[in-house]
Amino acid sequence: MIKVSKLIHDYIQRDEDGNPSGTIRAIDDVSLDVKPGQFIAILGHNGSGKSTLAKHLNALLFPTEGAVWINGLDTRDQQYLWEIRQTAGMVFQNPDNQIIGQVVEEDVGFGPENMGVPTEEIWERVEESLKAVGMYEYRKKSPNRLSGGQKQRVSIAGVIAMHPRCIVMDEPTAMLDPSGRADVIRAALTLNKGEGITIILITHYMEEAIQADRIFVMDRGRIAMQGSPREIFSRVEEMQELHLDVPQVTLLAHTLRSRGVDIPEGILTSEELARAICPDAK
Amino acid sequence: MGIQLEKVSYVYEQGTAMQTSALQDVTLEIPDNQFIGLIGHTGSGKSTLVQLLNGLLKPSSGRVLYNGEDIHSDKYDKKVLRAAVGLVFQYPEHQLFEVDVLSDVMYGPRNLGLDEAECKKRAVEALADVGMEEEYFKTSPFDLSGGQKRRVAIAGVLAMRPSILILDEPTAGLDPRGRDEILGLISRMKKEYSMTIILVSHSMDDVARYVERIIVMGGGKKIFDNTPEGVFRHYKELEDLGLSAPQITYIMNLLKEKGLDVRTNALTVEQAAEEILAKIPVKK
Repeated sequence: MIKVSKLIHDYIQRDEDGNPSGTIRAIDDVSLDVKPGQFIAILGHNGSGKSTLAKHLNALLFPTEGAVWINGLDTRDQQYLWEIRQTAGMVFQNPDNQIIGQVVEEDVGFGPENMGVPTEEIWERVEESLKAVGMYEYRKKSPNRLSGGQKQRVSIAGVIAMHPRCIVMDEPTAMLDPSGRADVIRAALTLNKGEGITIILITHYMEEAIQADRIFVMDRGRIAMQGSPREIFSRVEEMQELHLDVPQVTLLAHTLRSRGVDIPEGILTSEELARAICPDAK
Repeated sequence: MGIQLEKVSYVYEQGTAMQTSALQDVTLEIPDNQFIGLIGHTGSGKSTLVQLLNGLLKPSSGRVLYNGEDIHSDKYDKKVLRAAVGLVFQYPEHQLFEVDVLSDVMYGPRNLGLDEAECKKRAVEALADVGMEEEYFKTSPFDLSGGQKRRVAIAGVLAMRPSILILDEPTAGLDPRGRDEILGLISRMKKEYSMTIILVSHSMDDVARYVERIIVMGGGKKIFDNTPEGVFRHYKELEDLGLSAPQITYIMNLLKEKGLDVRTNALTVEQAAEEILAKIPVKK
């Protein structure tokens, strides 16, 4: 689905007169492979390069060196630009910057309309997309009247309506309250498990990453760690060195273990912890 | 003395078809030197409440008192209130605008009408408080990293020496380390200057770790006002309000349900570990 090979990205710095004065290497020799239908989480501290990487997956940025293929299409090839952007949809942090329609269903229909989809089919797509994120009953409402989590789900519906094979979400829950956050993650999981859409989730909330098939941890433009959630979150000290965390239940289990309790490393859920230490749960 | 809200209600666009009641009959006391968490889902009325606390909005009914004086009476000098109640908005780094870091932080004190030397002294102190060294004073704020920008923006409010500091989601978009740095800084300011801090947050884990009192808003009303322990005991009701409890609360409740006789009031990983260790056999 996605193949990134030896990707390098340099941002050009400019002085006051707009002349190039130097470069900053945001991505430094990154290679990765994502298979169709995978749920991938990308973690990393601020400035680690994860948003820059995300923009490459949607051809918003182009490689300085190396290459990115989306569904076999090389992002360096201009003629594939629109096809790539339809294949890999993107959801950003702030829903207010992504919603343009006056009515929810118009907003969701904007993408397919731009693609030249026939009117009849646009309406079908709008309906199925809004149903997929649980926002169908709000289709006649003004987006201004929705909560942050609802707006973000409308943004996701707008992306789904373009029938992407893959959705890249760049911190989609950073500005949401707990229930909005849970709704957005639930919608992402439904699309992944139900429709087989590949999901790339960039997040600072470690507990959102535990359901991923695979986690990539970025640091200084490189992939510092990769593996299953259990493999990654077993390495508590390494994660903390990278300015990150592990889910609280994992940290609790790690603390208990270091104090002599006989439980395995890499516990990811409360249920797992209960099974390990509770008398009635075995 | 602090701020008192007496039966405050607020209605947006009163008398029009768009009339919306944002706050209903809220009575609150914000004393000096307290670390308060303010939580509520989107649209619960917490932003309206914040704007009432520093006089940006005027109540539709009820009174707001600062140190015993009605802030909306004709003879009240609002400058006193504006200097005393500092507000750090969400994504405050978007409001940086000056040519260099030092001038940006001096902007607030200058607006208070202080002389240049005093403005500079306060700005230098505030920047030291947030850990921005002198080498950055002449740097353009736009050349800083995201975390640095946010600290400069907070320094800009600290330089006004508020006795009540309100921060709206100060950690939104920061990585875990950045989050800990900002919250550690706020906590230190509270101790050093005996300020009252009101932390508006969606992160129950952050709130549980730092504050001494939590005010929960829901549907324009004050739903809970208690210690973190007292509030998170009602975690099921919090969920009905679109909120949640800290992850630790869920873990401890599940363990208890599964037959481990633990108290469920732990709020941090350390407290939970101590409680569990006291209840299970440990091999040495």
